[in-house]
Amino acid sequence: MRGASGGADSFSRLVSGVIGSKPDKVWPDEGVNIMKIKLFAIAALGAFATACASTPEPVEEPIPAPQPEPVIEPAAPTGPAEGSIEHFVETAGDRVFFGYDRHDLSAEARAVLRDQAAWLMTYGDTRITIAGHCDERGTREYNLALGARRANAARDYLVSQGVDPSRITTTSFGKERPTCRESNEQCWAVNRNSTTTITSGYTN
Amino acid sequence: MIRLLASILLLVAAMAAPVAVHAQEPLRVDITQGNLDPLPVALPNFISVDEALAERGADITRVITNDLASSGLFAPIDQGAYIEDIENIDLRPRFSDWRVINASALLVGRITEQADGRLLVAFRLWDTRLETQMLGVQYVTAPENWRRVAHKVADAVYQRLTGEQGYFDTRIVYVAEGRGVDGETLHQLAIMDQDGANPSFLTDRSYMALLPNFSPSAQEITYVSFLEGQATTYLYDLETGRQEALFASGGRGVASQIDPDGQSLSARFTPDGSQLAVSVETRNGHDIHMFDLRTRELRRLTQHPADDVEPSFSPDGERIVFSSSRGGGSQLYTMNRDGSDVQRITFGEGRYTTPVWSPRGDLIAFTKQSNGRFSLGVVRADGSGIERILFEGYYVDTPAWSPNGRVLLFTRGEPRSNGTRYEIWSIDLAGFNLRRLATGGMASDPAWSPLID
Repeated sequence: MRGASGGADSFSRLVSGVIGSKPDKVWPDEGVNIMKIKLFAIAALGAFATACASTPEPVEEPIPAPQPEPVIEPAAPTGPAEGSIEHFVETAGDRVFFGYDRHDLSAEARAVLRDQAAWLMTYGDTRITIAGHCDERGTREYNLALGARRANAARDYLVSQGVDPSRITTTSFGKERPTCRESNEQCWAVNRNSTTTITSGYTN
Repeated sequence: MIRLLASILLLVAAMAAPVAVHAQEPLRVDITQGNLDPLPVALPNFISVDEALAERGADITRVITNDLASSGLFAPIDQGAYIEDIENIDLRPRFSDWRVINASALLVGRITEQADGRLLVAFRLWDTRLETQMLGVQYVTAPENWRRVAHKVADAVYQRLTGEQGYFDTRIVYVAEGRGVDGETLHQLAIMDQDGANPSFLTDRSYMALLPNFSPSAQEITYVSFLEGQATTYLYDLETGRQEALFASGGRGVASQIDPDGQSLSARFTPDGSQLAVSVETRNGHDIHMFDLRTRELRRLTQHPADDVEPSFSPDGERIVFSSSRGGGSQLYTMNRDGSDVQRITFGEGRYTTPVWSPRGDLIAFTKQSNGRFSLGVVRADGSGIERILFEGYYVDTPAWSPNGRVLLFTRGEPRSNGTRYEIWSIDLAGFNLRRLATGGMASDPAWSPLID
């Protein structure tokens, strides 16, 4: 039974392949072959037992317990569903960052916004809100105005890349909804941003 | 809902004092210079014929004492040092007993319950050196208004001794800062007496409320609400508890210029309380607008492409100060109330914001940022650029003047391990008497009411 021992090895590899490692190493064909081999082996045992009536008393041999059924997992997803919020965040990135007291877009910011625009053009039923944020090193009303400038800068660039402005609303939270709260430049840099949120038209 | 207790406060009579006047210099506190030498005053407990009111008399004295001490201009003498026991305020005190403990002024008082259940509060203010009565007044009010009477007595004493109107019978609206269940910062409007008593919330935790401003003539405020997801100016009637968004329908007059997606920010009243100046986001950025509360007309005052924000009226209502980035960095400008004659009034290095015109008309308070530090200062309104810094620290914001223009409240921030801690502090115009306002927890954005009544 050439397949049996090889099959057993393949079987254990199949199990570990499904449970332990990345989902792209599934061998569904091998699992089916193993099933066929096992059935053949069991049938063969039965056939062997009934074919020899005139031979001496069969010697009792322990029969190993049947292996548990191999579990065939469905193919695991390869990433977030296309057109979903997670897909947007992973593909394009949902925020761009600004210098201190600035609302102009850097080259990196424009690259992210081009990716956002491309995604938005692909998933043309989506609508977005862009919120402008500031670090805490400015007075309250000044930062509400600056946040609006940042949101508008991102919006205007998306429109220049072809996104219909009617799909975009903007808002400013000034310094009131920071990502982080530490009083240091690393945190402040993270808080100076325009964040794009898909508000409707996305897949779940 | 906040309802201001109807006050049945009556000025019943000035009380005459028996005795001759001496020709010496009258007692006067100079509040224009920094006060390193506060005036020592004695304040024995207000007495009462009625035993049940004795404690209330002590309460009233405590409130008056705290008010006067908090101004930094008066040094109340500890009651344990008093020699004479005041038992009848209609008799002249033993002045030598008070001079010997160094009291320059002596305040005595009495409370009585009238037949109709109202409280009669009488007081006399004595000059211990000249042995003359400086003030003798009595008030009648509902018993639950005893704190307001105490503040009115303190205001009367303050005025008599400084020549300036007091500010103790006032309230402060501010933003109470807290943390929600998910760790997000909460900003709720709260109101309290200026000494910290009677605190209560005006808005709930479900939405952010910022930047309140008081009407100078009515018990109403404006503030910036995030109830609708972005900054929107609201009007809030403190007596009825009713609120309304001011630009929900875009306002009349310039509705087509208002960006329907745009925000509206802090609004300040004209001296007569009939109109507001407010920065509203148009299609070209933020511009100062005038909003008439009666006609609901909205008129645009500035058109510059740079952001113009934070308008504040002069006490005569003729000019408006605001901050603008039109010159590069944020600086302060004044203009006529129709938008004409824009003049720059600050010229220093740094970012100038939060301009607030003093009720006295000569100065404008501001926040200045430079080299990573924040300062509270005042600048002449006349465009000379002459400025004076009162306080410098890690973070400053939202100055607010007392009704007499002698004291400034402001937001002060200090760095902490879990984020900046915000509190409201006060300082007088001479740069002295820096002290924390008695809010329960973290607080910011103070707004000072006019004298009540």
